[in-house]
Amino acid sequence: MPSFKDVFEKYDWEAIKTDIYNKKAADVERALARTNRDLEDFKALISPAADIYLEEMARQSKQDTLQRFGNTIQMYAPLYLSNECQNICTYCGFSLGNKLPRKTLNPIEIDKEVAAIKKMGFEHVLLVTGEANKMVGVPYFKKVLEQIRTQFANVSMEVQPLDEADYHELIPYGLHAVLVYQETYHQADYAKHHPKGKKSNFLYRLETPDRLGRAGVHKMGLGVLIGLEDWRVDSFFVALHLRYLEQTYWRTKYSISFPRLRPFSGGLEPKVEMTDRQLVQQITAYRLLNKDVELSLSTREAMKFRDHVFQLGITSMSAGSKTNPGGYAVAPESLEQFEISDERSPQEIAQLIKSKGYEPVWKDWDTALEYVTK
Amino acid sequence: MKNLKIANKVFNSRLILGSGKFSNPGLMSAAITASATELVTVALKRVNLGSEQDDMLEAVGSVDLLPNTSGVRTAREAVFAAEMAREALGTNWLKLEIHPDPKYLLPDPVETLMATIELAKKGFVVMPYVHADPVLCKRLEEAGAACVMPLGAPIGSNKGLKTLDFLQIIIEQSQVPVVVDAGIGAPSHAAQAMEMGADAVLVNTAIAVSGDPEKMAQAFKMAVEAGRMAYESKLGAIADQAQASSPLTSFIDA
Repeated sequence: MPSFKDVFEKYDWEAIKTDIYNKKAADVERALARTNRDLEDFKALISPAADIYLEEMARQSKQDTLQRFGNTIQMYAPLYLSNECQNICTYCGFSLGNKLPRKTLNPIEIDKEVAAIKKMGFEHVLLVTGEANKMVGVPYFKKVLEQIRTQFANVSMEVQPLDEADYHELIPYGLHAVLVYQETYHQADYAKHHPKGKKSNFLYRLETPDRLGRAGVHKMGLGVLIGLEDWRVDSFFVALHLRYLEQTYWRTKYSISFPRLRPFSGGLEPKVEMTDRQLVQQITAYRLLNKDVELSLSTREAMKFRDHVFQLGITSMSAGSKTNPGGYAVAPESLEQFEISDERSPQEIAQLIKSKGYEPVWKDWDTALEYVTK
Repeated sequence: MKNLKIANKVFNSRLILGSGKFSNPGLMSAAITASATELVTVALKRVNLGSEQDDMLEAVGSVDLLPNTSGVRTAREAVFAAEMAREALGTNWLKLEIHPDPKYLLPDPVETLMATIELAKKGFVVMPYVHADPVLCKRLEEAGAACVMPLGAPIGSNKGLKTLDFLQIIIEQSQVPVVVDAGIGAPSHAAQAMEMGADAVLVNTAIAVSGDPEKMAQAFKMAVEAGRMAYESKLGAIADQAQASSPLTSFIDA
């Protein structure tokens, strides 16, 4: 079956890197002047040469985002269901090798967490687990979806990659969107960071969006973990992947996130530091390439940065996030996946959004829009 | 200016407003008032169907509500959503939007026709959003659509009437009102649609994202009225050449 793997294999990491680093000011100016930009333009926009054009990139990005999404920012909260994980990932607090108390929420605990999240006003929830098929596999997800579906307008999931048949099975239970980050598209480095567990299978992960597309999930989220490899090259591969997916699975909606490596228990120092300025360059470059992709900003980022950057291309934000299972109401002190930077309450974030002339949108979907039969 | 009649309802205004993209409900409310519209579309996905209080519905105020199905991908989903909306919002009016393509939000003609047939049978006042396809518009009319809503350009693009030639055919052929929807980015675009004989226009992005939505809403109100008045006054024909003062055939009667 054709997949992104066929496209991916035609590209060479080092060649792309050379291309990007060789871009000149004239290439950036040409990219900025165009309206329908291609991947060559994108290379220019994420190149070091684009740095001095950041203000113009931000201006265009803001304008394009306003036109397509209006003066609105969608709000969502993550719900960590489990920190069980069968993988070793060098950068993650949930890694199998980390000695930490493992916890998977039961139905009563889930109810408590849901009530806490609802009380904060959220209607869009992102279910998160570690990658442990036996403890938190399809049967568990089905039960959770069945339990919470009527509580939220929209349910997304960020869990281990599943088979196509699994996604088919979960959609009728109310699964709307799936986020799956490749972590890095650098295959050799990917192997170094994922030495053990199912996640070590680079290609299985790479082809997950294809399985999601074939299964007909409404929305999927892409991204890399910034800090593992050269962010400029990884960004190119995300853009390449997005373009392929949009052309292949044209009924699906897409989002991109920009997780930067954050401190955690027993953590890895980022190989590559990305500055705030570079993150703005990356966000605006995605917008300049693609006017319609949703761009999401999490609480990993610092307060001051979030206050300003959300107006430059972002369409959705999390707030008040807890990254540990039971973090909202059940076990607030349990070990979190990573430290969050912006600890303000959702209401504070909503107030900030309003003060900048935007409307925080808590609900932008309804189960009434999906006729599903199990 | 003549009134607009859709199904069994008469409207003084020929401007329909979309309610997405505003920076806050207060501004939306002010724009609605300034536009003098009598019909506002609200996306089902943004409304709290189960709740009595909803900021967006409150901002719409006493103006008639037109729920839309933005987000559905099939006729079956659209019918399901329509029934939920009728129950929750107490209206059988529906802007039918079926766009399986989330990028440009282009409407699916096949699913739209199928849904219109079924919804009309179920007693809905169906206002389908479609591409500017004259044949499809006639098929929708036969299926029981209360009006047709062909696009001028992709949603939110502000590009104006890119489908002009086809809109002209649709307007010429239609026995139900033609509401030009999507792409109208400036009052002059709205006026142009009205001058052509469109029965109404629907505007959202151009107002909501403007620097002053209230003033822009008023500008659109005036443009729609001016365009309609011009249409009703019958515009003069456009000639490529000046009319000869000495007609070439005058010798025949000489």
